[in-house]
Amino acid sequence: MKGTRRWLLQLAVVVLLLTLMGVLINNLAVNLLRTGLGLSFSWLSRPTGFALAEHALPYSPSDSYAWALFVGWINSLKVISAGLVAATILGVLAGSARRSTNPLLRALAALYVSVIRQIPLLLQLFFWYFVALLGLPQSNPSPLGSLFTLTNQGIAVLGVHLSVEFTAVLLALSVFTGASIAEVVRGGLDSVPRGQWEAFRSLGLSERLGLRKVVLPQALPAILPGLSSQYLNLAKNSTLAIAIGYSDLYSVSDTSITQTGRAIEGFLLLLLSFLLLNLLINGVMQLLNRAVIRRGQRS
Amino acid sequence: MPFRTLWVSLAAALMLQACATLGEGGASRLGLIQQRQTLRCGVSGKIPGFSFLSSDGDYSGLDIDLCRAFAAAFIGDADAIEFRQLTAPERFTALRTGEVDLLSRNTTFNLSRDAAGGNGVSFAPVVFHDGQGLMVKTSRGIRTIDDLNGETICVGSGTTTEQNLNDAFEARGIAYTPIKYQDLNQVVAGYLQGRCAAMTSDRSQLAAARSGFAKPKQHQILEAVLSKEPLAPLSAGGDQRLGDAMRWVVYALITAEELGITKANVGDWLDKANKQTELTRLRRFLGVDGDLGMKLGLEADFVVKTIAATGNYGEIYNRHLGPNSAVPIPRGINQLYRDGGAMTAPPFQ
Repeated sequence: MKGTRRWLLQLAVVVLLLTLMGVLINNLAVNLLRTGLGLSFSWLSRPTGFALAEHALPYSPSDSYAWALFVGWINSLKVISAGLVAATILGVLAGSARRSTNPLLRALAALYVSVIRQIPLLLQLFFWYFVALLGLPQSNPSPLGSLFTLTNQGIAVLGVHLSVEFTAVLLALSVFTGASIAEVVRGGLDSVPRGQWEAFRSLGLSERLGLRKVVLPQALPAILPGLSSQYLNLAKNSTLAIAIGYSDLYSVSDTSITQTGRAIEGFLLLLLSFLLLNLLINGVMQLLNRAVIRRGQRS
Repeated sequence: MPFRTLWVSLAAALMLQACATLGEGGASRLGLIQQRQTLRCGVSGKIPGFSFLSSDGDYSGLDIDLCRAFAAAFIGDADAIEFRQLTAPERFTALRTGEVDLLSRNTTFNLSRDAAGGNGVSFAPVVFHDGQGLMVKTSRGIRTIDDLNGETICVGSGTTTEQNLNDAFEARGIAYTPIKYQDLNQVVAGYLQGRCAAMTSDRSQLAAARSGFAKPKQHQILEAVLSKEPLAPLSAGGDQRLGDAMRWVVYALITAEELGITKANVGDWLDKANKQTELTRLRRFLGVDGDLGMKLGLEADFVVKTIAATGNYGEIYNRHLGPNSAVPIPRGINQLYRDGGAMTAPPFQ
């Protein structure tokens, strides 16, 4: 009897949710029709008539909106994936440093985490772009010649040219997310019993080796869930790129929406693209998580 | 218990549905404005001379005075306005969803915005003939567009500016890299920091931005005009009453300048019209005779109230863009037709 009641209750909640969703969608459709904004995606095949400063794939203003949005998505993907790698390295280094035996390293890491986490990301982005990077000289005869140049027109390393906009977004995202990852890593390290640290130290292993071979593997299951949520945050925060002129997906959508007047469709596509991207990140992290847990069970 | 929840949810669904379909009737927004006794005016708030939020919390500028003129004509009170600050991408959605009654926000009048198959809004007459221009640092030695070959240009996204820039450069076969910022303030910062050789926007906005620079003389607006940018107030499409009322308020401002009726002397003109029955045209214009106001759904004396609140078009222009204002822009094509400009109004008959 109790079981049936519980099932009925759950069923009711599901029905309620579905009804609510149906009402909202219907409401949207009715209102769209009423204001003459009926959904249409035919504009996607029309030429855009605007140029993009950065494109990994060939692009010209005579290409379609769909292609422009895709090129924007690739630009987003580019900065997000580079950001994920950089933020992870930075975060793991800073997080480990907070449990280091070296007091200077500990203090530096603590300062980094506390300062960066107190300042809004948009302000940091503006700082990196307008103050740090655009404050560089227009051209500088670098002593390293063609190996490395750093000007306010861009950064070139070994022939690879990075725009100032890309560099600023990458710096802001990885430094900001790195600080949060450092906290996640520190939490994970703290979850490993003190005895393990003492054990590898008494074995005469160096700090670095002990951390890598003994502590980090045990901390990993505690780190991964927090890490994936930081990764998702980084991906979402990348939309701030529009503020400093990096042609990411949001920036391209923004222009497309004003030129076509198709705000609802534009935002639907935008939502869908980010949902896809984050599902991808989430999926990869889940796989990783499962692998780590399985390995933990085996040993 | 679960069944009760179900009924409640169904009832809620029906009610929401009713809300969605309600208000579909053909009533004009003009009636709604008069009923609520407030005009919701969408503005930019960031362009000195047009609409700018000053340090004391008041808006001022040409676009703001147009809102005030509309409020005076529709409601009889030039201060009965709620201003909504809108970004360029937000503005049309805000208008169509009814968040604002009308826009007075540096908006270019063009076909795809006006047509039912495009943004589907309806424009009032042009209140400022603008054009897109380019600003460069005088020290760079750039004189014409062709000197900008291969250069980087800072541009604001979400406006017609991007397309105009591309059209102009493509037509001349000049390569360029656009750096697009969402906001004009960032365009200015990027340009001043040396990210771009030039920044582009409407010439009025360039002049307004330059007025805030530390050394305005070191920046030059190129002669070339990339586009026609006739700026006009607008309302949602399919609402003839509001559209007509707005149109004739703008025409009233222009006609008043033609006749020499100003904020200071509108009372004298009204006395004169009351006394001298032979001045039929003036009597019709000021609402002493005839039913012009009623035809628009406004009070008979809407012209008098409007001029008393804001002055005529020339007065509004001089107050915000004249030679003694903070953002002087030569009146040029915005003069009356009589004086060699493009400003003129059809008869009040």
